[in-house]
Amino acid sequence: MSERSAKTANDESWELRLYVAGHTPKSIAAFDNLKKICEEQIPGKYHIEVIDLVKNPQLASGDQILAIPTLVRKLPPPLKKIIGDLSNTVRVLVGLDLRPKSEGE
Amino acid sequence: MVQAEERQESISGQIEKSPTGIVGVDEITSGGLPEGRPTLVCGGAGSGKTLLAMEFLVRGATQFNEPGVFMAFEETAEELTKNVASLGFKVEQLSAANKILIDHVRVERSEIEETGEYDLEGLFIRLGHAIDTIGAKRVVLDTIETLFVGLSNVMIVRAELRRLFRWLKDKGMTTIVTAEQGTGTLTRQGLEEYVSDCVIFLDHRVSSQISTRRFRIVKYRGSTHGTNEFPFLIGKDGISVLPITSLALKHEVSEERISSGIPRLDGMLGGKGYFRGSTILLSGTAGTGKTSIAGHFVEAACRRGEKALFFAFEEAAAQIMRNLRSVGIDLKPWIEAGLLRIQSDRPTLYGLEAHLAAMHKMIGEFKPDVVVIDPISNLNQAGIAPDVKAVLTRIMDYLKANHITCLCTSLTSAGVVLEQTEVGISSLADTWLLLRDIELGGERNRGMYILKSRGMAHSNQIREFLLTDHGVDLVPVYVGPSGVLTGSARLTQEAQERVEKLTRQQEIERRRLSLERKRRALEAQMEAQRAEFEAEEGELKKIVEQNQLLEANLQGQREAMARSRKADGEASGG
Repeated sequence: MSERSAKTANDESWELRLYVAGHTPKSIAAFDNLKKICEEQIPGKYHIEVIDLVKNPQLASGDQILAIPTLVRKLPPPLKKIIGDLSNTVRVLVGLDLRPKSEGE
Repeated sequence: MVQAEERQESISGQIEKSPTGIVGVDEITSGGLPEGRPTLVCGGAGSGKTLLAMEFLVRGATQFNEPGVFMAFEETAEELTKNVASLGFKVEQLSAANKILIDHVRVERSEIEETGEYDLEGLFIRLGHAIDTIGAKRVVLDTIETLFVGLSNVMIVRAELRRLFRWLKDKGMTTIVTAEQGTGTLTRQGLEEYVSDCVIFLDHRVSSQISTRRFRIVKYRGSTHGTNEFPFLIGKDGISVLPITSLALKHEVSEERISSGIPRLDGMLGGKGYFRGSTILLSGTAGTGKTSIAGHFVEAACRRGEKALFFAFEEAAAQIMRNLRSVGIDLKPWIEAGLLRIQSDRPTLYGLEAHLAAMHKMIGEFKPDVVVIDPISNLNQAGIAPDVKAVLTRIMDYLKANHITCLCTSLTSAGVVLEQTEVGISSLADTWLLLRDIELGGERNRGMYILKSRGMAHSNQIREFLLTDHGVDLVPVYVGPSGVLTGSARLTQEAQERVEKLTRQQEIERRRLSLERKRRALEAQMEAQRAEFEAEEGELKKIVEQNQLLEANLQGQREAMARSRKADGEASGG
């Protein structure tokens, strides 16, 4: 398990989508936290798309968005959702199926 | 804070109402749900919450031109559309016409990881977008409690719900929020705390294996409303609630009289029959001819061109028609003419209140002039006695208020005092006819009398009640020195009387003849005597004549003698 997830983390590209609603402190915090985690764990292999629902409300139902902010892991499958400002790094890693790099090495 | 604000709103002026269009609901709520405010609809599983909410939207879209958004937290749009299609709601068409928008919100706890602070702005945005897309005036959230299951941070959910309802209010959305009933509380998550304008409770109770749905307004801030439990039905065209107890005892009464269909019974009822709009109770033991009298009543109504509705709780329509045909009442032409409808249901088909609702609905649709319920006592099987009475009171009040004449039959069990109906509704009846068995001389005959008839002079006689092949016939019973006689005892007595009468007549005739004979004899005698008298008289006359003749002769002779003696004339004179 740990081996596979490490492999996943290393080889595949990550497509992440962050749903926010305007430039709220929570949204900004979430984006910053996400960026930090990705840079640490999967540098260069990720792509973050930020969707502002205030501008594109019709996109909310597609990914069944309720809470703001919501991070959706589109790739690699399966689809994962993490809600909140992503301040709890350990939980984000668990949610994304990522094994912390420090432990893996 | 929020509550204080709400209270302020309700005090200032009459609150606006948004009609639901659902049968009965607008009556109970005196106009509908509070416009622009949330209403909480709570109840157990399968109590009809989703349906009520959906009907609110469908009717809003079709009848009041108010588009609506349905946020489904439990079912997908397809499932929901399919489920309500059986009730005649064409949600698909309405969706296509942008009258209704169904948004399925899926909250799956296993898919969601929570890290840190969040809010439910996404839900707000989705809802807001849906509202703006179709210009909605109505919103349904079904069942928003799912959020408590899907999200672990209850604090956030609660705060967001409070904000959501506030937001919906500010947007002026007439909202229905559904919620599952909790143990000992109205809702599992205490949603009534947030939605305080109007709370409706739906109940689905099963007692003695019979289920009844009930509708109750727990509260309705700033408005009067019925506080009772109202039975409701989920029928083939949606929900119908029955606001019968809201009626007061102030219906107009009619002076018009209508025939019972049996001329001699009309005669007993002051010569004119029942009052229009009155309640007639027909009680009796089994086989006393209750249905036949009801049949006459129905037929008479149809003959007058009125509409009749026959609720049969014992027999199937075909059976009733066959049986009534055997006593010369043919109902078929009236059914074909659309004047008569026979509705046969087993009492145990559904709960009492549901029966009431069904009857109420049918009466509302068919608009009959007369209604027959045959028999009311069978409704006992569908509920307990106090309930039955309450339900019958309601239906009778409803019928009275609509000037519908109602004839109820009631089966009295043997051994019970006859002047007592099983369901104790005798006080509701304006006219009470009692059918009873009279057992005498080894046979059982039917007797009928009028126990009471309000507002009219009526016969106090017991009549014998005959079922002939040309209908019901009433004949006076024989009341003689040996008591009341019926049936063949009456016939025997009548025959005996006829014989006696004949004998008496013959005796009189005989005497008359003998007198005649005597008179003739007397006359003959008189004739003879007169003849004798006349004979004697004649004889006397003859003697007198002879005497005169004799004297004349003597005179003649004397003159002749004198002449012959040639006596002088002068001497002859001496």
